[in-house]
Amino acid sequence: MSRPRWFSVRQELTPKRSRLLGVLAFVLPLALWSLFSYIPWLWHPMVRVTDPGDVDWMRAGLLIDRHDFAKEVAAAEIAHTHAPVGFRANPIYFPAPHAVGRALYTAFTTAPVLKGDLWLHQSLWMSIQTIFWGFTLSSLVGIPLGILCGSFIAISRLTEPFVDFVRYMPAPAFGALMVAIFGIQLEPKIAIIVIGTFFQQVLVVANTVRKVDGALIEAAQTLGSKRRQLVLRVIVPASLPDLFNDTRILLGWAWTYLIVAEVVGVSSGISFFINQQAKYRNFDNVYAAIIIIGILGLTIDQILAFVGKRLFPWKNPRPSRVRAFLAKLFGILPASAEKPVQLLPQ
Amino acid sequence: MSEPLPDYLTQASAVAARFAKIKERPVVLEIDHLGRQFPGEHGPVVALRDISFNVHRRELVCVIGPSGCGKSTLIRIIAGLDEPTSGRMLVDGKETSGPCPERGLVFQGYTLFPWLTVKKNVMFGLKMQGMNSDQADREARQWIDLVGLTRFADTYPAQLSGGMKQRTAIARALAANPRVLLMDEPFGALDAQTRAQMQSHLLEIWRNVDVTILFITHDLDEAIFLADRILVLKAHPGEVQEVIEVSVPRPRNLSQLNSPEFLATRRRLEELIHPRVEAHAQERLPIIRLTQVGDDVE
Repeated sequence: MSRPRWFSVRQELTPKRSRLLGVLAFVLPLALWSLFSYIPWLWHPMVRVTDPGDVDWMRAGLLIDRHDFAKEVAAAEIAHTHAPVGFRANPIYFPAPHAVGRALYTAFTTAPVLKGDLWLHQSLWMSIQTIFWGFTLSSLVGIPLGILCGSFIAISRLTEPFVDFVRYMPAPAFGALMVAIFGIQLEPKIAIIVIGTFFQQVLVVANTVRKVDGALIEAAQTLGSKRRQLVLRVIVPASLPDLFNDTRILLGWAWTYLIVAEVVGVSSGISFFINQQAKYRNFDNVYAAIIIIGILGLTIDQILAFVGKRLFPWKNPRPSRVRAFLAKLFGILPASAEKPVQLLPQ
Repeated sequence: MSEPLPDYLTQASAVAARFAKIKERPVVLEIDHLGRQFPGEHGPVVALRDISFNVHRRELVCVIGPSGCGKSTLIRIIAGLDEPTSGRMLVDGKETSGPCPERGLVFQGYTLFPWLTVKKNVMFGLKMQGMNSDQADREARQWIDLVGLTRFADTYPAQLSGGMKQRTAIARALAANPRVLLMDEPFGALDAQTRAQMQSHLLEIWRNVDVTILFITHDLDEAIFLADRILVLKAHPGEVQEVIEVSVPRPRNLSQLNSPEFLATRRRLEELIHPRVEAHAQERLPIIRLTQVGDDVE
């Protein structure tokens, strides 16, 4: 067989290529970032002053616009004074990869600037708690309600118009209200995550449940299933894998709401850390914190994906099952297909 | 070979005796002046009109008819998945409606529960009837053995072939202990070889289980091969055209496919379902020759 092409419509890649592309997905952005960080003639619109020379307003370590610096150098040459010296640099909001890499470590080891402020790991823990409780509370009501909406048209008619209406209200708009109701600690933040997730969740779950094959429900009916059993024994297990995927996607949305939720009331958690570090212009720490959120999200998502494969073996047969299946297909099947029906003793 | 075919109504004495015995058995399913209309753009469309027939205990009745004759509507009504607009349906002499395990249904599309193994699928109906797990497990195994899937009891449906899926579906329907087993073109999606195998399997199962079968098909040979009686429907509106007592003796086997009784019945069914060949003349495709090749293809 000839070498497979890299680009062919809807054709599976070889596992090796698939892995390679997965790594490249992260390496390419990192390489681009490195190019703009480490190659001095790429972008670098600022100059970091090393020796102010005779320019009295400059200090060593100052970061100024390249053109302003060039003007001062030109002026110094005309005036025959000592010209300032510096090297090209990027703006402070664009730290180099190694700085962010270092910050990923030092952000955890640096004591907070103000007394009473939290360490990074404490902030992170707060964020995780907020999102956990917000998402759990939302799911505890949203998923069952969605299942009921998808199963019973009467409940869907009663619930969904209002849910649709509230869905269009941006969750942060409830911020002030939630603070008035729940105070300024974690509770209003949890409430905002609930508001942000719940209404979407009901509709998404209801839609997924509605996709359950009607023939399965009819088959269950002819086998004697009543209303309650149809929901619990057919609709729920049939839609469970898709519901699990919905939950993964909704959890991603919850992280988005987390950032707005955390600035409500007393700012807390990872967004407090980010805002605080931005105030001190420690942008390497800001990037580090954002990357940590990304890593956390991706890790949780991958864990859920892994768990999902184990939970629903009929949906994603494991490699060992595939092998067992192939063995059956080529080994046992032809023999058994010709085997006559075994008869019950009369 | 040029011997003229016997009349399809002629029955050998053994066959006639068998039919006499069947008619003595109690009626399990009675369909009484059943009708079904669907609302249409230009007034109601009659899908089924005045359908009446009886099925006796342990009888195997096939329903056959051209497409659009409402045979699927009929079986859905009998299964309780659709409501008739007129008429009644009686099981063991009692009027009944709505889906119920006493009228089990095997669908063309298998409709196995993909999240359950073969055994759990078969146990489904037993559990619905409140049987405890141990007993349901034991009974399910018996049915799985009966359809020859012993080795696949713990396999998920996605890993089974079409024929094995349909055998599971039959075991699942039978396990719920139906009075009538309804089968809606169950072998329609199978390839010819598997289909022939499944037909023999079904007869084998039917001989060993106390069950009455109402089987829908559009395949004439399948109907003759399986049925005691064939209910021929006609289309627009769906009505009973004729009920044929199949004169092919039992036990059936594939060698009977060319027997005079079989061919006679087949000819009669063809007359009923494709009444006149000329009527279809205008449906011939207006073929235009698009090739330079000579006439040697035919």
